[in-house]
Amino acid sequence: MAKIIVVTSGKGGVGKTTTSAAIATGLAMRGFKTVVIDFDVGLRNLDLIMGCERRVVYDFVNVIKKEATLNQALIKDKRTPGLFILPASQTRDKDALSMEGVQTVLENLAKDFEYIICDSPAGIEQGAQMALYFADEAIVVTNPEVSSVRDSDRIIGILQSKSLKAEQGGTVKEHLLLTRYNPERVASAEMLSVADVEDILAVPLLGVIPESEAVLKASNQGAPVILDQESEAGQAYLDAVSRLLGEDVKHRFLEVQKKGFLKRLLGGK
Amino acid sequence: MAKVCFQMKGTAFTAVVMDLQAYSADLFRAQLKQKIDTAPQFFNASPLVLNLASFEGQLEDEQLEHIVAVCREEGLQPIACRGATPELRYTVMGLGLASLPAAKTRSSEIPAEPVQAKVKQVEPEQTVAEPAPVVRPSKVITKPVRSGQQVYAEGCDLIVMAAVSEGAEVLADGHIHVYGPLRGRALAGVKGDTNARVFCRQMEAELVSIAGYFVMNEKLRELCWKEPAHAFLEGESIQVAVI
Repeated sequence: MAKIIVVTSGKGGVGKTTTSAAIATGLAMRGFKTVVIDFDVGLRNLDLIMGCERRVVYDFVNVIKKEATLNQALIKDKRTPGLFILPASQTRDKDALSMEGVQTVLENLAKDFEYIICDSPAGIEQGAQMALYFADEAIVVTNPEVSSVRDSDRIIGILQSKSLKAEQGGTVKEHLLLTRYNPERVASAEMLSVADVEDILAVPLLGVIPESEAVLKASNQGAPVILDQESEAGQAYLDAVSRLLGEDVKHRFLEVQKKGFLKRLLGGK
Repeated sequence: MAKVCFQMKGTAFTAVVMDLQAYSADLFRAQLKQKIDTAPQFFNASPLVLNLASFEGQLEDEQLEHIVAVCREEGLQPIACRGATPELRYTVMGLGLASLPAAKTRSSEIPAEPVQAKVKQVEPEQTVAEPAPVVRPSKVITKPVRSGQQVYAEGCDLIVMAAVSEGAEVLADGHIHVYGPLRGRALAGVKGDTNARVFCRQMEAELVSIAGYFVMNEKLRELCWKEPAHAFLEGESIQVAVI
């Protein structure tokens, strides 16, 4: 049976799509057949981050409206074997998704895939609730900043009250992923620390992704940052995938790096 | 301009409701005495609403007059009668009581389930003789109360064994205990119980209220920020003390 994981945050712009792309790619790299679905109907982004925007013919809404089959809409990733993308529609809005339609699509995907990653839109409205409703697990993406933390708190409350699992009396397993973390700014008290965020949200920490230029570069090139294994962000996502698979991996990139003489001279990161 | 004599306001009072189920002159007085003896302080001069909605059979005018008289003798203050039949309504008003319509939600003891009906058949007198105990268990929450969530413990205490986040709200008719950090709003005694208190292990609340009186975050910051504390009402001001 496939595991459905929603990537959600409440707040926009914290790195949900970047994370969805990275985690899905990471799971496929580890040999799991994975599909990543863009639930952000009307603001299609995932295909850009995954670098498959020119190959989108049919989308999620077409499948729900039975205008295309699932196989016609699924895009096979060119870099990573076993990875597929189900893009969102750019011309429709979020009302085009229906609960029954989403359920049917997920049930059909569950027959073929081991992991289904749902990239949630921002907000707490219908679109976001649809993305999280069928989830078994949730990755809550948070920036170390008060408004993001509060929105995450809100979305966790919704996860535990308005998801199918919750309605059946179970719980959605939560993971906290802290992105855009900058140890230097934490040290100068400009940013919340990992401990602060963990204290407020009380959710197990899946990973901390350091703020990195590699993320923007990866997005613009249409290659998930996890493929850039030179970068700290890429390595941090690899660690997060390992932890998601139940491995015990030490957290990295939490401390201020002491710059060596050469590094200071070259000013590089 | 003339001085304003009064202001009209809507409010809610706490009152004892007596669900009258059956009536016999001797039994009624004896059982009422027995009940009052269990908590004399609580029942002393307590406002009383007589609920006739679940009365089996037809209550006579004289019987109602007797019931009200006995209640007054025993120190209760009957203020209203709920669910009286049209025939009884004049008697109710004649006794100086307000006549209220029957409650919309009928009490849970209406024999909808066959099990309850059976019990009643076996010992019909017993069901009348044994008033339900008033003890109510506290509501216990083991998971964090998140931003945007609201938890209300109706008619009892509330115990939260995790954090109450900023933007969350916990309410209780009784006391509130929070064993994680209290960062949201806590409102105890929301139905007017001035003896209600708020206890917490780490005070970081946005607002603490008891029976409608409240203190805000700024005041709490001065007094007991992030410390184990409890809040209680003294006269009309909330006292907050470190435990």
